[in-house]
Amino acid sequence: MGSVVVGVRAACDAGGGEVLAMKAGSSLEDAGLAIHEGGATSTGVVGAARGYQNIMAEEVKLFRTWSTPFALRIVWALKIKGVEYETIFEDLYNKSPSLLQYNPAHKKVPVLVHNGKPISESYVILEYIDETWKETPLLPEDPYERAMARFWAKFGDDKVFTSIFGGVFVKEGKEQEEAMVEAMENLQFLEEELRGKKFFGGERIGFVDLALGWLANLISILEDVAGLKIVGEDKFPLLSAWMKDFADSPIIKDNWPPRDKMIAKFQALRDAKLAAAASK
Amino acid sequence: MADEIILLDFWPSMFGMKVRIALAEKGLKYEYRDEDLFNKGPLLLEMNPIHKKIPVLIHNGKPICESQIIVQYIDEVWKDKSPLLPSDPYHRAQARFWADYIDKKIYNLGSKLIRSKKENLEIPKKEFIECLKLLEGELADKSYFGGVKLGLVDIALVPFCSSFYAYETFANFSIEEECPKLNLWAKRCMEKESVSSSLPHQQKVYDFILQVRRQFGLE
Repeated sequence: MGSVVVGVRAACDAGGGEVLAMKAGSSLEDAGLAIHEGGATSTGVVGAARGYQNIMAEEVKLFRTWSTPFALRIVWALKIKGVEYETIFEDLYNKSPSLLQYNPAHKKVPVLVHNGKPISESYVILEYIDETWKETPLLPEDPYERAMARFWAKFGDDKVFTSIFGGVFVKEGKEQEEAMVEAMENLQFLEEELRGKKFFGGERIGFVDLALGWLANLISILEDVAGLKIVGEDKFPLLSAWMKDFADSPIIKDNWPPRDKMIAKFQALRDAKLAAAASK
Repeated sequence: MADEIILLDFWPSMFGMKVRIALAEKGLKYEYRDEDLFNKGPLLLEMNPIHKKIPVLIHNGKPICESQIIVQYIDEVWKDKSPLLPSDPYHRAQARFWADYIDKKIYNLGSKLIRSKKENLEIPKKEFIECLKLLEGELADKSYFGGVKLGLVDIALVPFCSSFYAYETFANFSIEEECPKLNLWAKRCMEKESVSSSLPHQQKVYDFILQVRRQFGLE
Protein backbone atom coordinates (compact mmCIF):
# COMPACT_ATOMS: atom_id res chain seq x y z
CA MET A 1 0.00 0.00 0.00
CA GLY A 2 2.89 2.35 0.75
CA SER A 3 4.07 2.14 -2.85
CA VAL A 4 0.57 3.05 -4.07
CA VAL A 5 0.60 6.29 -2.07
CA VAL A 6 4.10 7.17 -3.28
CA GLY A 7 3.09 6.47 -6.85
CA VAL A 8 0.00 8.65 -6.72
CA ARG A 9 1.70 11.56 -4.97
CA ALA A 10 4.58 11.55 -7.43
CA ALA A 11 2.19 11.42 -10.37
CA CYS A 12 0.39 14.50 -9.10
CA ASP A 13 3.62 16.31 -8.30
CA ALA A 14 5.15 15.61 -11.71
CA GLY A 15 3.46 18.58 -13.37
CA GLY A 16 3.51 17.14 -16.87
CA GLY A 17 0.85 14.61 -15.96
CA GLU A 18 2.91 11.54 -16.69
CA VAL A 19 1.55 8.32 -15.28
CA LEU A 20 3.76 5.29 -15.34
CA ALA A 21 2.36 1.90 -16.26
CA MET A 22 4.77 -0.92 -15.61
CA LYS A 23 4.28 -4.43 -16.79
CA ALA A 24 3.35 -6.63 -13.88
CA GLY A 25 6.42 -8.33 -12.45
CA SER A 26 8.87 -5.60 -13.51
CA SER A 27 11.31 -4.52 -10.86
CA LEU A 28 12.06 -0.96 -9.84
CA GLU A 29 15.57 -1.53 -11.22
CA ASP A 30 14.05 -2.24 -14.64
CA ALA A 31 12.15 1.02 -14.28
CA GLY A 32 15.27 3.15 -13.82
CA LEU A 33 13.49 6.37 -14.59
CA ALA A 34 10.50 5.15 -12.59
CA ILE A 35 12.59 5.39 -9.41
CA HIS A 36 13.39 8.93 -10.41
CA GLU A 37 9.69 9.70 -10.77
CA GLY A 38 8.54 7.68 -7.74
CA GLY A 39 6.68 5.34 -10.00
CA ALA A 40 4.51 2.33 -9.76
CA THR A 41 5.32 -1.34 -9.69
CA SER A 42 2.02 -2.68 -10.87
CA THR A 43 -0.66 -1.54 -13.25
CA GLY A 44 -3.07 -1.36 -10.32
CA VAL A 45 -1.49 1.92 -9.29
CA VAL A 46 -2.22 3.49 -12.66
CA GLY A 47 -5.92 3.26 -12.02
CA ALA A 48 -5.57 4.89 -8.58
CA ALA A 49 -3.30 7.63 -9.95
CA ARG A 50 -5.74 8.43 -12.72
CA GLY A 51 -8.44 9.12 -10.19
CA TYR A 52 -6.44 12.10 -8.96
CA GLN A 53 -6.05 13.59 -12.43
CA ASN A 54 -8.61 15.14 -14.71
CA ILE A 55 -10.13 12.38 -16.84
CA MET A 56 -9.08 13.51 -20.30
CA ALA A 57 -11.23 12.81 -23.34
CA GLU A 58 -8.08 11.80 -25.19
CA GLU A 59 -5.86 8.86 -24.44
CA VAL A 60 -2.21 9.27 -25.29
CA LYS A 61 0.37 6.53 -24.69
CA LEU A 62 4.08 6.54 -25.39
CA PHE A 63 5.97 3.27 -25.76
CA ARG A 64 9.65 3.79 -25.11
CA THR A 65 12.74 2.59 -23.26
CA TRP A 66 14.28 4.45 -20.32
CA SER A 67 17.35 5.47 -22.33
CA THR A 68 16.63 5.89 -26.03
CA PRO A 69 17.30 9.50 -27.08
CA PHE A 70 14.80 9.21 -29.94
CA ALA A 71 11.93 8.83 -27.47
CA LEU A 72 13.09 11.78 -25.37
CA ARG A 73 12.18 14.01 -28.31
CA ILE A 74 8.61 12.85 -27.96
CA VAL A 75 8.58 13.32 -24.18
CA TRP A 76 9.80 16.90 -24.59
CA ALA A 77 7.28 17.69 -27.35
CA LEU A 78 4.34 16.33 -25.35
CA LYS A 79 5.37 18.19 -22.20
CA ILE A 80 6.10 21.45 -24.03
CA LYS A 81 2.57 21.27 -25.42
CA GLY A 82 1.08 20.28 -22.06
CA VAL A 83 -0.29 16.98 -23.35
CA GLU A 84 -1.16 14.39 -20.69
CA TYR A 85 0.09 10.92 -21.52
CA GLU A 86 0.95 7.50 -20.15
CA THR A 87 4.40 5.92 -20.51
CA ILE A 88 4.86 2.23 -21.24
CA PHE A 89 8.48 1.12 -20.82
CA GLU A 90 9.60 -1.62 -23.16
CA ASP A 91 12.30 -4.22 -22.75
CA LEU A 92 13.75 -4.49 -26.25
CA TYR A 93 14.89 -8.06 -25.59
CA ASN A 94 11.33 -9.02 -24.67
CA LYS A 95 9.02 -6.79 -26.69
CA SER A 96 5.43 -6.62 -25.56
CA PRO A 97 2.61 -7.91 -27.79
CA SER A 98 1.26 -4.34 -27.82
CA LEU A 99 4.45 -2.94 -29.32
CA LEU A 100 4.55 -5.66 -31.97
CA GLN A 101 0.92 -4.96 -32.78
CA TYR A 102 1.40 -1.18 -32.95
CA ASN A 103 4.64 -1.19 -34.95
CA PRO A 104 4.76 -4.42 -36.93
CA ALA A 105 6.90 -2.94 -39.71
CA HIS A 106 9.89 -1.95 -37.54
CA LYS A 107 9.07 -3.37 -34.05
CA LYS A 108 10.85 -0.36 -32.55
CA VAL A 109 10.29 2.40 -30.03
CA PRO A 110 9.18 5.11 -29.75
CA VAL A 111 5.56 4.55 -30.69
CA LEU A 112 2.82 7.05 -29.85
CA VAL A 113 -0.70 5.72 -29.54
CA HIS A 114 -3.40 8.40 -29.68
CA ASN A 115 -6.93 7.19 -28.95
CA GLY A 116 -5.88 3.70 -29.97
CA LYS A 117 -4.18 4.73 -33.22
CA PRO A 118 -0.41 4.13 -33.43
CA ILE A 119 2.21 6.40 -34.99
CA SER A 120 5.85 5.27 -35.35
CA GLU A 121 9.19 6.91 -36.32
CA SER A 122 10.20 9.80 -34.08
CA TYR A 123 10.08 12.60 -36.69
CA VAL A 124 6.72 11.37 -38.01
CA ILE A 125 5.46 11.40 -34.40
CA LEU A 126 6.83 14.91 -33.79
CA GLU A 127 5.07 16.30 -36.87
CA TYR A 128 1.87 14.53 -35.83
CA ILE A 129 2.07 16.07 -32.35
CA ASP A 130 2.71 19.51 -33.88
CA GLU A 131 -0.32 19.19 -36.19
CA THR A 132 -2.65 17.76 -33.55
CA TRP A 133 -1.83 20.04 -30.58
CA LYS A 134 -1.29 23.38 -32.21
CA GLU A 135 -0.20 25.49 -29.22
CA THR A 136 3.54 26.22 -28.92
CA PRO A 137 4.34 25.23 -32.51
CA LEU A 138 7.57 23.30 -33.08
CA LEU A 139 7.94 23.74 -36.84
CA PRO A 140 8.00 27.21 -38.43
CA GLU A 141 5.15 28.31 -40.71
CA ASP A 142 7.13 29.26 -43.78
CA PRO A 143 7.57 26.28 -46.16
CA TYR A 144 11.26 27.03 -46.81
CA GLU A 145 12.03 27.32 -43.09
CA ARG A 146 10.12 24.06 -42.53
CA ALA A 147 12.19 22.35 -45.22
CA MET A 148 15.36 23.60 -43.52
CA ALA A 149 14.17 22.33 -40.12
CA ARG A 150 13.43 18.89 -41.57
CA PHE A 151 16.84 18.91 -43.28
CA TRP A 152 18.76 19.61 -40.07
CA ALA A 153 16.77 17.04 -38.12
CA LYS A 154 17.57 14.38 -40.72
CA PHE A 155 21.22 15.48 -40.82
CA GLY A 156 21.36 15.07 -37.05
CA ASP A 157 20.28 11.43 -37.19
CA ASP A 158 21.82 10.31 -40.48
CA LYS A 159 25.19 12.03 -40.10
CA VAL A 160 25.92 13.47 -36.67
CA PHE A 161 24.54 10.60 -34.58
CA THR A 162 25.93 7.93 -36.90
CA SER A 163 29.42 9.43 -37.07
CA ILE A 164 29.65 9.90 -33.30
CA PHE A 165 27.80 6.94 -31.86
CA GLY A 166 28.32 4.51 -34.75
CA GLY A 167 31.82 5.81 -35.51
CA VAL A 168 33.96 7.51 -32.87
CA PHE A 169 32.35 5.85 -29.85
CA VAL A 170 32.66 2.21 -30.89
CA LYS A 171 36.17 2.39 -32.36
CA GLU A 172 39.68 2.93 -31.11
CA GLY A 173 43.13 3.82 -32.41
CA LYS A 174 43.51 4.85 -36.03
CA GLU A 175 39.93 3.89 -36.93
CA GLN A 176 38.66 6.20 -34.20
CA GLU A 177 40.85 9.05 -35.45
CA GLU A 178 39.41 8.68 -38.93
CA ALA A 179 35.84 8.56 -37.58
CA MET A 180 36.62 11.66 -35.52
CA VAL A 181 37.48 13.66 -38.67
CA GLU A 182 34.03 12.99 -40.10
CA ALA A 183 32.31 13.68 -36.77
CA MET A 184 34.13 17.03 -36.48
CA GLU A 185 33.04 18.03 -40.01
CA ASN A 186 29.42 17.23 -39.17
CA LEU A 187 29.56 19.15 -35.89
CA GLN A 188 31.09 22.13 -37.68
CA PHE A 189 27.99 22.34 -39.91
CA LEU A 190 25.85 22.54 -36.75
CA GLU A 191 28.16 25.17 -35.27
CA GLU A 192 27.70 27.35 -38.37
CA GLU A 193 23.93 26.85 -38.35
CA LEU A 194 23.79 28.31 -34.83
CA ARG A 195 25.44 31.58 -35.85
CA GLY A 196 23.31 34.51 -34.65
CA LYS A 197 20.85 32.24 -32.83
CA LYS A 198 20.39 31.07 -29.26
CA PHE A 199 18.54 27.93 -30.27
CA PHE A 200 18.31 26.23 -33.66
CA GLY A 201 14.66 27.34 -33.58
CA GLY A 202 15.70 30.98 -33.00
CA GLU A 203 14.69 32.65 -29.76
CA ARG A 204 12.95 29.58 -28.42
CA ILE A 205 13.26 25.82 -28.67
CA GLY A 206 11.87 24.32 -31.88
CA PHE A 207 11.80 21.15 -33.95
CA VAL A 208 15.54 21.07 -34.66
CA ASP A 209 16.45 21.62 -31.00
CA LEU A 210 14.31 18.64 -30.04
CA ALA A 211 15.82 16.61 -32.89
CA LEU A 212 19.41 17.41 -31.86
CA GLY A 213 18.70 17.56 -28.13
CA TRP A 214 20.30 14.16 -27.52
CA LEU A 215 23.67 15.91 -28.01
CA ALA A 216 23.15 17.95 -24.85
CA ASN A 217 23.17 14.85 -22.66
CA LEU A 218 24.65 11.95 -24.54
CA ILE A 219 27.86 13.67 -25.71
CA SER A 220 29.26 14.10 -22.19
CA ILE A 221 28.37 10.49 -21.38
CA LEU A 222 30.11 9.19 -24.50
CA GLU A 223 33.10 11.45 -23.76
CA ASP A 224 33.38 10.06 -20.20
CA VAL A 225 33.11 6.45 -21.35
CA ALA A 226 35.43 6.71 -24.35
CA GLY A 227 37.87 9.05 -22.56
CA LEU A 228 38.05 11.73 -25.19
CA LYS A 229 36.64 15.17 -25.99
CA ILE A 230 34.16 15.36 -28.84
CA VAL A 231 32.52 18.78 -28.52
CA GLY A 232 35.25 21.07 -27.17
CA GLU A 233 34.33 24.61 -26.11
CA ASP A 234 37.25 26.09 -28.02
CA LYS A 235 36.35 24.40 -31.30
CA PHE A 236 32.59 24.59 -30.90
CA PRO A 237 31.74 27.59 -28.70
CA LEU A 238 28.20 28.07 -30.06
CA LEU A 239 27.33 24.38 -29.95
CA SER A 240 28.72 24.07 -26.41
CA ALA A 241 26.66 27.04 -25.27
CA TRP A 242 23.55 25.63 -26.94
CA MET A 243 24.10 22.27 -25.25
CA LYS A 244 24.16 23.97 -21.83
CA ASP A 245 21.18 26.23 -22.59
CA PHE A 246 19.14 23.36 -23.95
CA ALA A 247 20.01 20.93 -21.15
CA ASP A 248 19.05 23.51 -18.50
CA SER A 249 15.81 24.64 -20.16
CA PRO A 250 12.52 24.14 -18.33
CA ILE A 251 10.98 20.74 -19.01
CA ILE A 252 14.14 19.51 -20.75
CA LYS A 253 16.17 19.56 -17.53
CA ASP A 254 13.62 17.44 -15.66
CA ASN A 255 13.61 14.57 -18.12
CA TRP A 256 17.13 13.33 -18.58
CA PRO A 257 17.65 9.63 -17.81
CA PRO A 258 19.80 8.81 -14.72
CA ARG A 259 23.43 9.54 -15.54
CA ASP A 260 24.97 6.63 -13.63
CA LYS A 261 22.72 4.16 -15.45
CA MET A 262 23.60 5.75 -18.78
CA ILE A 263 27.35 5.56 -18.07
CA ALA A 264 27.02 1.87 -17.15
CA LYS A 265 24.95 1.10 -20.25
CA PHE A 266 27.21 2.86 -22.70
CA GLN A 267 30.35 1.47 -21.09
CA ALA A 268 28.94 -2.02 -21.62
CA LEU A 269 28.00 -1.14 -25.23
CA ARG A 270 31.47 0.16 -26.05
CA ASP A 271 33.18 -2.83 -24.42
CA ALA A 272 31.01 -5.25 -26.38
CA LYS A 273 31.63 -3.48 -29.70
CA LEU A 274 35.39 -3.31 -29.19
CA ALA A 275 35.51 -6.96 -28.16
CA ALA A 276 33.53 -7.97 -31.25
CA ALA A 277 35.85 -5.96 -33.50
CA ALA A 278 38.96 -7.43 -31.87
CA SER A 279 37.77 -10.99 -32.33
CA LYS A 280 37.41 -10.58 -36.13
CA MET B 1 7.24 37.38 -60.75
CA ALA B 2 7.23 33.90 -62.22
CA ASP B 3 8.81 31.17 -60.11
CA GLU B 4 12.22 30.01 -61.23
CA ILE B 5 12.61 26.28 -60.56
CA ILE B 6 15.71 24.27 -61.36
CA LEU B 7 16.10 20.56 -60.59
CA LEU B 8 19.62 19.12 -60.29
CA ASP B 9 19.15 15.43 -60.92
CA PHE B 10 20.56 12.24 -62.47
CA TRP B 11 18.29 10.38 -64.85
CA PRO B 12 18.32 6.87 -63.20
CA SER B 13 17.98 8.26 -59.65
CA MET B 14 14.81 7.06 -58.00
CA PHE B 15 15.03 9.96 -55.58
CA GLY B 16 15.16 12.38 -58.48
CA MET B 17 12.14 10.71 -60.07
CA LYS B 18 10.07 11.43 -56.94
CA VAL B 19 10.69 15.14 -57.37
CA ARG B 20 9.95 15.03 -61.11
CA ILE B 21 6.58 13.39 -60.43
CA ALA B 22 5.69 15.89 -57.69
CA LEU B 23 6.52 18.84 -59.96
CA ALA B 24 4.47 17.29 -62.78
CA GLU B 25 1.51 16.62 -60.48
CA LYS B 26 1.48 20.31 -59.61
CA GLY B 27 1.80 21.30 -63.27
CA LEU B 28 5.01 23.22 -62.65
CA LYS B 29 7.48 24.28 -65.33
CA TYR B 30 11.10 23.82 -64.39
CA GLU B 31 14.59 23.48 -65.83
CA TYR B 32 15.94 19.93 -65.56
CA ARG B 33 19.71 19.51 -65.33
CA ASP B 34 21.36 16.10 -65.48
CA GLU B 35 24.44 16.05 -63.28
CA ASP B 36 27.64 14.10 -63.88
CA LEU B 37 28.06 12.44 -60.51
CA PHE B 38 31.72 11.57 -61.18
CA ASN B 39 32.48 15.19 -61.98
CA LYS B 40 30.11 17.26 -59.87
CA GLY B 41 29.45 20.74 -61.12
CA PRO B 42 29.97 23.92 -59.09
CA LEU B 43 26.23 24.62 -58.79
CA LEU B 44 25.56 21.24 -57.15
CA LEU B 45 28.49 21.70 -54.76
CA GLU B 46 27.31 25.21 -53.90
CA MET B 47 23.66 24.26 -53.44
CA ASN B 48 24.27 21.04 -51.48
CA PRO B 49 27.64 21.51 -49.80
CA ILE B 50 26.86 19.11 -46.97
CA HIS B 51 25.86 16.01 -48.92
CA LYS B 52 26.90 16.93 -52.48
CA LYS B 53 24.04 14.77 -53.75
CA ILE B 54 21.13 15.01 -56.11
CA PRO B 55 18.25 15.74 -56.25
CA VAL B 56 18.43 19.41 -55.34
CA LEU B 57 15.51 21.71 -56.06
CA ILE B 58 16.47 25.35 -56.49
CA HIS B 59 13.43 27.61 -56.09
CA ASN B 60 14.06 31.28 -56.83
CA GLY B 61 17.71 30.73 -55.98
CA LYS B 62 17.12 28.88 -52.70
CA PRO B 63 18.14 25.21 -52.51
CA ILE B 64 16.16 22.40 -50.94
CA CYS B 65 17.81 18.97 -50.54
CA GLU B 66 16.67 15.42 -49.72
CA SER B 67 13.89 14.05 -51.92
CA GLN B 68 11.30 13.51 -49.20
CA ILE B 69 11.87 17.04 -47.91
CA ILE B 70 11.68 18.48 -51.44
CA VAL B 71 8.39 16.70 -52.19
CA GLN B 72 6.82 18.03 -48.98
CA TYR B 73 8.13 21.51 -49.75
CA ILE B 74 6.54 21.38 -53.22
CA ASP B 75 3.27 20.22 -51.64
CA GLU B 76 3.30 23.05 -49.09
CA VAL B 77 4.25 25.87 -51.47
CA TRP B 78 1.82 24.89 -54.25
CA LYS B 79 -0.85 23.72 -51.89
CA ASP B 80 -3.88 24.60 -53.97
CA LYS B 81 -3.30 22.05 -56.69
CA SER B 82 -3.27 18.24 -56.40
CA PRO B 83 -2.47 17.93 -52.68
CA LEU B 84 -0.09 15.04 -52.08
CA LEU B 85 -0.95 14.59 -48.40
CA PRO B 86 -4.40 14.16 -46.83
CA SER B 87 -5.68 16.83 -44.45
CA ASP B 88 -6.19 14.63 -41.37
CA PRO B 89 -3.07 14.54 -39.11
CA TYR B 90 -3.28 10.77 -38.49
CA HIS B 91 -3.50 9.93 -42.18
CA ARG B 92 -0.70 12.39 -42.89
CA ALA B 93 1.41 10.59 -40.29
CA GLN B 94 0.65 7.23 -41.89
CA ALA B 95 1.65 8.59 -45.32
CA ARG B 96 4.91 10.02 -43.96
CA PHE B 97 5.64 6.73 -42.17
CA TRP B 98 5.22 4.61 -45.30
CA ALA B 99 7.14 7.06 -47.50
CA ASP B 100 10.00 6.88 -44.96
CA TYR B 101 9.75 3.06 -44.87
CA ILE B 102 10.03 2.91 -48.64
CA ASP B 103 13.02 5.25 -48.71
CA LYS B 104 14.87 3.21 -46.12
CA LYS B 105 13.86 -0.41 -46.62
CA ILE B 106 12.90 -0.75 -50.27
CA TYR B 107 15.84 1.35 -51.39
CA ASN B 108 18.37 -0.63 -49.33
CA LEU B 109 16.98 -4.02 -50.30
CA GLY B 110 16.70 -3.05 -53.96
CA SER B 111 20.32 -1.89 -53.85
CA LYS B 112 21.37 -5.24 -52.43
CA LEU B 113 19.67 -7.05 -55.31
CA ILE B 114 21.62 -4.97 -57.77
CA ARG B 115 24.96 -5.12 -55.97
CA SER B 116 25.03 -8.80 -55.06
CA LYS B 117 26.62 -11.60 -57.04
CA LYS B 118 24.11 -14.04 -58.51
CA GLU B 119 24.94 -16.72 -55.94
CA ASN B 120 24.19 -14.34 -53.04
CA LEU B 121 20.78 -13.17 -54.20
CA GLU B 122 18.43 -15.56 -52.38
CA ILE B 123 18.24 -13.77 -49.03
CA PRO B 124 18.02 -10.20 -50.39
CA LYS B 125 15.37 -11.38 -52.84
CA LYS B 126 13.29 -12.96 -50.06
CA GLU B 127 13.53 -9.81 -47.90
CA PHE B 128 12.69 -7.56 -50.85
CA ILE B 129 9.59 -9.56 -51.74
CA GLU B 130 8.49 -9.56 -48.07
CA CYS B 131 8.69 -5.76 -48.00
CA LEU B 132 6.75 -5.46 -51.23
CA LYS B 133 4.07 -7.74 -49.80
CA LEU B 134 3.85 -5.57 -46.68
CA LEU B 135 3.30 -2.54 -48.90
CA GLU B 136 0.77 -4.49 -50.96
CA GLY B 137 -1.13 -5.13 -47.73
CA GLU B 138 -1.06 -1.43 -46.97
CA LEU B 139 -2.43 -0.65 -50.46
CA ALA B 140 -5.29 -3.14 -49.85
CA ASP B 141 -8.13 -2.40 -52.29
CA LYS B 142 -7.35 1.24 -52.90
CA SER B 143 -6.49 2.48 -56.38
CA TYR B 144 -3.52 4.37 -55.01
CA PHE B 145 -1.82 4.52 -51.62
CA GLY B 146 -3.20 8.07 -51.53
CA GLY B 147 -6.75 6.76 -52.02
CA VAL B 148 -8.45 7.86 -55.23
CA LYS B 149 -5.49 10.04 -56.23
CA LEU B 150 -1.72 9.77 -56.27
CA GLY B 151 -0.19 10.74 -52.93
CA LEU B 152 3.12 10.94 -51.10
CA VAL B 153 3.47 7.17 -50.73
CA ASP B 154 2.70 6.48 -54.40
CA ILE B 155 5.33 9.04 -55.35
CA ALA B 156 7.85 7.39 -52.99
CA LEU B 157 7.30 3.88 -54.39
CA VAL B 158 6.56 4.30 -58.08
CA PRO B 159 10.15 5.18 -59.09
CA PHE B 160 11.16 1.65 -58.11
CA CYS B 161 8.92 0.40 -60.92
CA SER B 162 11.51 1.67 -63.39
CA SER B 163 13.88 -0.90 -61.87
CA PHE B 164 11.38 -3.77 -61.69
CA TYR B 165 12.63 -5.36 -64.90
CA ALA B 166 16.20 -5.14 -63.58
CA TYR B 167 15.28 -6.67 -60.19
CA GLU B 168 13.25 -9.46 -61.80
CA THR B 169 15.99 -10.31 -64.27
CA PHE B 170 18.95 -10.25 -61.87
CA ALA B 171 17.15 -12.01 -59.01
CA ASN B 172 14.98 -14.27 -61.14
CA PHE B 173 11.45 -13.66 -59.89
CA SER B 174 8.23 -12.10 -61.14
CA ILE B 175 6.61 -9.18 -59.36
CA GLU B 176 3.35 -9.95 -61.13
CA GLU B 177 3.35 -13.43 -59.56
CA GLU B 178 4.55 -12.40 -56.11
CA CYS B 179 2.58 -9.15 -55.72
CA PRO B 180 -0.23 -9.03 -58.30
CA LYS B 181 -2.04 -6.07 -56.68
CA LEU B 182 1.14 -4.02 -56.56
CA ASN B 183 1.80 -4.91 -60.17
CA LEU B 184 -1.64 -3.58 -61.15
CA TRP B 185 -1.04 -0.47 -59.07
CA ALA B 186 2.24 0.12 -60.93
CA LYS B 187 0.44 -0.14 -64.30
CA ARG B 188 -2.25 2.23 -63.06
CA CYS B 189 0.38 4.79 -62.02
CA MET B 190 2.21 4.52 -65.33
CA GLU B 191 -1.01 5.52 -67.13
CA LYS B 192 -0.69 8.93 -65.51
CA GLU B 193 1.21 11.51 -67.55
CA SER B 194 3.02 12.84 -64.46
CA VAL B 195 4.51 9.39 -63.82
CA SER B 196 5.18 8.15 -67.35
CA SER B 197 6.92 11.40 -68.28
CA SER B 198 9.14 11.24 -65.16
CA LEU B 199 10.35 7.64 -65.25
CA PRO B 200 12.98 6.30 -67.65
CA HIS B 201 12.15 3.17 -69.58
CA GLN B 202 12.74 -0.06 -67.66
CA GLN B 203 15.02 -1.40 -70.41
CA LYS B 204 17.19 1.70 -70.26
CA VAL B 205 17.52 1.35 -66.47
CA TYR B 206 18.36 -2.36 -66.85
CA ASP B 207 21.09 -1.60 -69.40
CA PHE B 208 22.55 1.07 -67.11
CA ILE B 209 22.60 -1.27 -64.08
CA LEU B 210 24.08 -4.09 -66.16
CA GLN B 211 26.88 -1.79 -67.24
CA VAL B 212 27.58 -0.82 -63.60
CA ARG B 213 27.49 -4.48 -62.51
CA ARG B 214 30.03 -5.35 -65.21
CA GLN B 215 32.29 -2.51 -64.06
CA PHE B 216 32.23 -3.95 -60.54
CA GLY B 217 32.84 -7.49 -61.70
CA LEU B 218 29.41 -8.77 -60.73
CA GLU B 219 28.60 -10.07 -64.21
